[in-house]
Amino acid sequence: MVEIHRKRSPRWYLGRAGSHLILLLASLFIGIPFLWMVTTSIKSPAEVAIFPPIWWPETIRWDNFAKAWSLAPFGRFYINSIITATTGVFLEVSIAALSAYAFARIRFKYRDIMFLVMLAAMMIPSQVALIPNYVVLKHLKWINTYQGIVIPHVSSVFGAFLLRQYFLSVPAALYDAAELDGLGHFKTMVYIALPLARPVLGTLVLYLFLAKWNSYLWPLIVTNTQNMRTLPVGLAMVRTAEYAIGPEHLMAASLFVLVPPLIVYFLAQKQLIEGIAAGAVKG
Amino acid sequence: MDFTCRQQPKGVCAVRGDSQKVFREGKFRKPKMSRRARKDTLAFIGFTAPNFILLGVFVFWPIVYSLFLSFFKWNMIAPKKTFIGVDNYVSLFNDPVFWQITRNTLSLAVFTVLFKLGIALSLSIQLNRKPKGGSLYRAIIFSPTFTTSVAVAMVWTWIFEPTYGLFRFLFRAVGVTSPDWIHNVHWALPAVIIVLVWSGIGYDMVLFLAGLKNIPQDIYDAALVDGVTPWQNFIHITFPLLSPTTFFLTVTSFIGALKAFDIISIMTDGGPLNSSNVYVLYLYQNAFQWFKTGYASALALILFLLIMVVTLVQNRLSRRWVHY
Repeated sequence: MVEIHRKRSPRWYLGRAGSHLILLLASLFIGIPFLWMVTTSIKSPAEVAIFPPIWWPETIRWDNFAKAWSLAPFGRFYINSIITATTGVFLEVSIAALSAYAFARIRFKYRDIMFLVMLAAMMIPSQVALIPNYVVLKHLKWINTYQGIVIPHVSSVFGAFLLRQYFLSVPAALYDAAELDGLGHFKTMVYIALPLARPVLGTLVLYLFLAKWNSYLWPLIVTNTQNMRTLPVGLAMVRTAEYAIGPEHLMAASLFVLVPPLIVYFLAQKQLIEGIAAGAVKG
Repeated sequence: MDFTCRQQPKGVCAVRGDSQKVFREGKFRKPKMSRRARKDTLAFIGFTAPNFILLGVFVFWPIVYSLFLSFFKWNMIAPKKTFIGVDNYVSLFNDPVFWQITRNTLSLAVFTVLFKLGIALSLSIQLNRKPKGGSLYRAIIFSPTFTTSVAVAMVWTWIFEPTYGLFRFLFRAVGVTSPDWIHNVHWALPAVIIVLVWSGIGYDMVLFLAGLKNIPQDIYDAALVDGVTPWQNFIHITFPLLSPTTFFLTVTSFIGALKAFDIISIMTDGGPLNSSNVYVLYLYQNAFQWFKTGYASALALILFLLIMVVTLVQNRLSRRWVHY
């Protein structure tokens, strides 16, 4: 290939500066709400009610967090969120892996039809199913329980599709070798297919965890006592509580909810972004 | 299964024009499944059963049950459902709020998609020129993608606050009076759109960037030899070759916007006067605040049909419009 020499003319530098300006403005637009949340959460009530607003408080009021923590049983919300998100991720990934392996490696007469049926489920938005799901859960007596929050959303279409692609890309010789060694389907999946799919599995786990941690509508509908609420629902309820709370406490409480997903994001930032770019994650 | 006539040793199959059947025990019968095939069938059913049971109960059944419920008047608690035929649909189409939320939902979807994709595309083009610190920009702009929408709605409500809010400050800095965003019938929906754009840019940008990386550099090099301007570059090379990504994002963002709930419910709760109310929120209000189960089911079914139409149109159009 012929390398074309690009001259670094003044125009080139102008273009570069333009790029940086546009990206910087976008980063400010995206970043300032987060910054504003943090600085508001450490202000005094007087500093919150000032116009024009101040960016940084004179003294940092850490006690806002203690006050916010006492507004609602946030400890309990944390436990609920952790339990429902982790069991949900575990179940959904297991279900996805089993389906994916079956569709990729096990021969069955109606396999293709079943695959299409599974894909068709992707067209049905969960918002449409709210009422029927609630009715089903009422019959199962699962309203206001962990299984009620978790089970309706652990079926997997996208994850199964994604893992199937990955399982198919593994050389058939590996599976044949496993079969010769007398491994059944389940063992082949656990010891051959899944370890090879580790990168994509990791991205799937992260993505599902974040999605479940952040989910609001279903836990809102299916819980009806404070001790069963997950963090997003609990936070929404704090705002609508009778007592007046200042923005500084509300922002502190919002940070309780937001910090875990932000930590996960910044630790696994590269993996999540590249997973999306490679089509590994659905938005 | 695998035991068709052709694979049988000579003599096992009789000439009967029916290659599926096998001569066995004095009669033509369906071929027996091998032990292996039977084992596979059982394994397949076992492996896929959890997923298909859950999909059946929580995804497919709800469509059937919604259709059923939409012909009844029911408050979800009473043991008795009253059959009222298509009355729910009739009152839905005569409900001015229904038409208002339809307008709101569609304009929310259209404007969110336009702004989100427009901004994301221009940002991805800048990032694709590989400026210094590009991965930092990317990380910041992508960061709202996985944040909790409830918390995001909280901080934006505070930013839009009419007296001490940040937006009032920014508007004053450029000499414009800021409207009382979330309490004004004209500005509540735009406020919601701003937040949806804010939280969605990063995802679209990353996908656009992946699309841009797939365009071969040779094409640009050839164009450079021909002396084309950057604008011509964009119109004749980048945009057409990026159309699969653009099309995919347009459709998925549009469907995503039709399903918007969290941020609107926290920020405006559909108000004032339903000026920012949308499908899913109205569905939620009818079903779980006013217990008009049948009415809400009719609404759910219409939303389902709407999304299905969009998906089918996508399938049709993608064959014609998109350059692969």
